[in-house]
Amino acid sequence: MARISLPRFTVFQAAVHIAALLPLIILIFNWSQDNLTFNPIQALELRTGKYALVLLILSLACTPINTVFGFRQVLKVRRPLGLYAFLYASIHFAVFIGLDYQFNLVLLQEAIFEKRYALVGFSAGLILLALALTSTRGWMKRLGRTWTKLHKFVYLAGILVIVHYVWLVKSDIREPLMYGGIVLVLLLARIPYIRKQLSRVRQHRFIRKLHETPEVLKKKTDPKFLRRIGLIYSAIMSR
Amino acid sequence: MQKIKSSEITTESQYLSRKDFLKGMGIVSASALVLAACSGQSVPSGDSPTGIPSEVATQGSVGSTPTEATEPVTSYDAITQYNNYYEFTTNKEGVAKLAKDFPTSPWKIEVGGLVGNPKTFDIDDLNKFSIQERTYRMRCVEGWSMVIPWIGFPLAELLQEVEPTSDAKYVRFETLYDPEKMPGQNSAWYQWPYIEGLRVDEAMNDLTILATGLYGKELLPQNGAPVRLAVPWKYGFKSIKGIVKIDLVDEMPTSLWMAAAPHEYGFYANVNPEVSHPRWSQASERRIGESGRQDTLMYNGYEEEVANMYADMDLVVNY
Repeated sequence: MARISLPRFTVFQAAVHIAALLPLIILIFNWSQDNLTFNPIQALELRTGKYALVLLILSLACTPINTVFGFRQVLKVRRPLGLYAFLYASIHFAVFIGLDYQFNLVLLQEAIFEKRYALVGFSAGLILLALALTSTRGWMKRLGRTWTKLHKFVYLAGILVIVHYVWLVKSDIREPLMYGGIVLVLLLARIPYIRKQLSRVRQHRFIRKLHETPEVLKKKTDPKFLRRIGLIYSAIMSR
Repeated sequence: MQKIKSSEITTESQYLSRKDFLKGMGIVSASALVLAACSGQSVPSGDSPTGIPSEVATQGSVGSTPTEATEPVTSYDAITQYNNYYEFTTNKEGVAKLAKDFPTSPWKIEVGGLVGNPKTFDIDDLNKFSIQERTYRMRCVEGWSMVIPWIGFPLAELLQEVEPTSDAKYVRFETLYDPEKMPGQNSAWYQWPYIEGLRVDEAMNDLTILATGLYGKELLPQNGAPVRLAVPWKYGFKSIKGIVKIDLVDEMPTSLWMAAAPHEYGFYANVNPEVSHPRWSQASERRIGESGRQDTLMYNGYEEEVANMYADMDLVVNY
């Protein structure tokens, strides 16, 4: 982990950390209160899975957001978001093997290796594990260019997670496809040609105005705006 | 099986009120006694059950009652608040609220097709059949299960009354179609109304009941009121809710789930730990109210009563 000296920790960074950890705290609280539906183990699995997916998508979104809006602060939260995705994925997996299957190896073997949705989810988890382990500055230096190549696998993880989700639902695949669409857009945004076009968007008068005028700063702290962000956040986290 | 927590054990007063109620209904069967003795959950007391006529006698319920689940029954709250009923919403915890004001009376069930004596039953007409308590396991195809003390009567009794002809090979069931009252039916994702089917011998099996109540009370809308099917050896989706039409037909009906995903949901849908759903294992299940998993039983534990109906069938092909 990079050393983070407190003064450099911006409000934005703090907000991201709080927002990423809050669902876990709420989940633990609800679990302790026996307030997680009548099928609490499944609820834990679904929610931790959903949070991991959302955080992974947000992590993937950082670079394109910077490309389009020139909002450099997001680059600072890219790694923590990825690590939080890994944290929730780890809990997701631990609940699956420990609480749900109670370490029953016979059933687990069938569940993980013979069922395609579990297999792709497991693969995505292994990729995230490798990326989390090599996420430190030390590993970045040690691996050099290989590090960049290795960390491109995050896109494969993103795709596998979507497939995991599509194969899990009973019939109505609209929601997983919606998340899939977002991952696809974020993936496309990395293609050099599209990336160039996107950075051109930044030069657009509207976006420039957005950055230069003080109204934007006002808007960022506008209670209405913040409330809207809060609503989107709670909508994602409560499903 | 999990030990019953002391907090879940029925208190004496609840036990007595329950027993009195069952007596009042004329249901003092072996099943009721077994139930009362091993019931892991308290019966909600206070509200008096309505609509189930006390004069209904359950002739021969002792002894003739088929294999009863002897595990602790699932809590009333879980049974009535954790529902798969896509006619309202796909959110299991949201069904009860949306179904709260669903009108279940007046209600008619049209029974026809290849029968000698087609008939339309008013919901109250069903009280003439041998209403009894049947505690069945319910295994959802999604991998969770419950134990539910149904109140109902064998479907065979109703079918005998309409006199199926020899051409009748299958029974086709249909749920009410009314998107105004069932908002989930506005979703174009599924082909409404809900259709289910049974082979005639399956429909005539003594285990197959039409349920009109549970936990000694009238059925609530979220559980399929006023009348639903309960076929305990098949995955839960076969037990169609809110039935308005029953037809005897000569061709295998296509159920809503068969139409939605033909490779995943077959006509038979018998609970079978050996035959996986294409995307997940069916070898184990999570019992609602308990932690961990338990092995899923062949035909959901009703092998003795039903296996002979499928003796010559390839269960992998006929999933």
